[in-house]
Amino acid sequence: MSIDWQAFRLTVELAVVVSAILLVVGLPLASWIAFSRWRWKFLLEAMVALPIVLPPTVLGFYVLVALGSQSPLGRWWQSLTGHTLAFTFPGLVIGSILYSLPFAVQPFAASFSSVDRKLLAASATLGASPLRTFFRVVVPLSVPGLVTGMALAFAHTMGEFGVVLMIGGNIPGVTRTVSIDIYDQVQASNYAAANAMAVLLLVFCFAVLVVVYGLNRRTLRQGSWMMGPVK
Amino acid sequence: MPTRVEPKPANPTLDAHIRKTFPSAEHGFSLEVGFIAAPGFTILFGPSGSGKSTLLDCVAGLVTPDAGRIAVGERVLFGADTHDATPPAHVPVAKRGVGYVLQDLALFPHLTVEQNIEYGLGHLPRAARRQRAAEMLQEFRIDHLRQQRPREISGGERQRVALARALVTDPSVLLLDEPLAALDAATKAKILDDLRRWNRVHGIPILYVTHSREEVFALGERVLVMDQGHIIAQGTPHEVLRAPLQETVAQLAGFENIFNVTVESVHEDRGTMMCRLAGREAGSNVVLETPLIRAAAGSPLRVGIRAGDILLAIIKPVGLSARNVIAGQLVSLERLDMTISARVDCGVEVEVYLTLAARDALQLAVGCEVWLVIKTHSCHLMREEDSSQFPVLSSQ
Repeated sequence: MSIDWQAFRLTVELAVVVSAILLVVGLPLASWIAFSRWRWKFLLEAMVALPIVLPPTVLGFYVLVALGSQSPLGRWWQSLTGHTLAFTFPGLVIGSILYSLPFAVQPFAASFSSVDRKLLAASATLGASPLRTFFRVVVPLSVPGLVTGMALAFAHTMGEFGVVLMIGGNIPGVTRTVSIDIYDQVQASNYAAANAMAVLLLVFCFAVLVVVYGLNRRTLRQGSWMMGPVK
Repeated sequence: MPTRVEPKPANPTLDAHIRKTFPSAEHGFSLEVGFIAAPGFTILFGPSGSGKSTLLDCVAGLVTPDAGRIAVGERVLFGADTHDATPPAHVPVAKRGVGYVLQDLALFPHLTVEQNIEYGLGHLPRAARRQRAAEMLQEFRIDHLRQQRPREISGGERQRVALARALVTDPSVLLLDEPLAALDAATKAKILDDLRRWNRVHGIPILYVTHSREEVFALGERVLVMDQGHIIAQGTPHEVLRAPLQETVAQLAGFENIFNVTVESVHEDRGTMMCRLAGREAGSNVVLETPLIRAAAGSPLRVGIRAGDILLAIIKPVGLSARNVIAGQLVSLERLDMTISARVDCGVEVEVYLTLAARDALQLAVGCEVWLVIKTHSCHLMREEDSSQFPVLSSQ
C-alpha cells in the first residue's frame, strides 16, 4: 500500500487555510446577510448560495479565466510575482474559498439571525457600539453555528475535486490533493493505492466531524443557556 | 483619584413631543403625544396597542419619530432645538444615556449576573467596573447571584438584575416596559421599594408602562392615559379616575365605586383590615372588611369596587363566605344597554350592575330595602395621593 502523504498534507493545509480565511470573510458577510435591511439583499444571498448548485467544473472554469493572464486580477498577480495564479497553491485557495463559501456563511447567518433582536436593542441602550454588540452578544450566542460552518467548510474543502482539477491541475506538492490523487490512481488502474487514499480521506473527514460535533454538543451543554428548563 | 463627574443636567425633566406614523394598508397607526415627565414615576397606562411601547422606543432611540423633539433637561436627544438654528439632532441609541428595561428583560443569557451588570460599563477600567457593579449588586440585593446565569435565577431576581444593569450606567431617564407584569404582588412591591430608594438619591424621570390598573394605583404619582396613540388624560391616578375626562378613562379605570376610607383595625392573623367609609357626614356606619395592606390603623386610604363585583339581595342573606353584607335603599335604576345600573344608598351611594333578568326576578323598584354583598377581595385598596407610604397590594 502506498499512501501519498504529500498529497494528504497538501489537502489538510488547503482545508485549514481556506477555513481560516472563511471565518474572517464569513463573519462580516454573514452578519450583513443576517442584519441588513437592504431590499436587494436576496440577490447577494443567491450569489453566495450559487456554489452549492453549480457544477464545480463551471465554477472552476470561471475562476481559471479570472486568474489567467488575460484578466486584470491575473495580470496584477503576475506583475507582482512573475507568474500566474492558475496552477498554484494560492490560486487553489481562492477557488476553494468561493467553492466552500456557502457552507460557512449559511450556518453563520442562520445562527446570527436567530439571536433575539431584543438583546441587540438592550445592548445598544447600554451604550454598546454595533461592533461591541456583535462580538460580545451575537458571536458568543452563535458559537454552535460558527463551529458547524467551519466544520462544513473544512470537510467540503478536504473532499473537493472539480474546482481543484480545473484551477490547479495535478502538480505534486503544489496542487495535487487527495481527491486528485485518487482519480489519478484509478485512471492508472492502481486500485489498491486509490483505496488506501480513499480510506484515509474517509477516516480523517469522519474523525474531524466527530470531534467538532462532539465539542459542539459539549458547548451547548456547558454554556447551557439554550437548553434545560428555565427556573 | 479624580471624583466622578455627574453628567446629569440640573433639571433632568423629560420633555417629549413627537409624532410617528406607521402606514399600513388596512389600519395605519399613528402616535402623536406631548408630555413632560418630572423626576419620579410617570405611569403610561392604556390598553395594548395604544402606543405605549412605541413611545418608549422613540425615547430610547430604537424608533425614529417623523417629527418632534425629545429632550432631557437641556440635552436634545431628537429633533431641532427651537432656541437656535442648530440642525436636527438625532443622538444614536448608544449615546442617549437612556436606561431601558424591556418587557422580557433581555438579559444576556451567556453572561453571568455580574457580567450582565458590567456590560454597560465598557468604557471604564476593569477595577472601576468591578467596583460599580459590586455597589449595584448590593443595592439591588442580588450580591449572592453574581456568578449565576439568568436562566438559573427566579423571575423576581431577573427583574432586579435587569434594573441594576440599566441603572449602573447612570441614565438620565429610565424606561420600564411592563417589567413587573409577571411577578406576584409582594415581590413586585419589594422591587419597587428598592427602585424608589435608588431614585430618591438619583432623581431621574422614570416612565413606567403598564396596563394593570392596580399598578397605577400602587405607583401613584402621575399617570398618562394612552389610547390609540394619543394621551387622553393625565394627572394623579385619582384625579384621572375621579373626574374621567373621557369614557375610555373610566373604562380603563374600571372602578365605578371609589370611596375614601379610614383604617379602623388591622387583623394580621386573618389577613384583613376593617375600613370605615367616609360618608356624607363625619363618618358613615359602613365598615368594610378588606384585604390586608401595609397601613396603620387610622390611616386614610381609598377603596375601589367594581359595580359588577357587587351582589344585590332583597332579603338579608345568611351563610355566605363574603364578609361584607350592607343594608341600603335603592335610589335609582337605570338601563345601560343590556345592563341595569342600580344605585344604592347605604350612607354612601354605591353603584351595582345587574342583568335585566335579575332586575325582573327580584322585582326591584326605587325605594326597596336591599342588601349589598361584597367580597373582601373585591375591595381594591389604593394609596392616598399625598401619602408617601406605598401599600402592598394583597397578594392572592
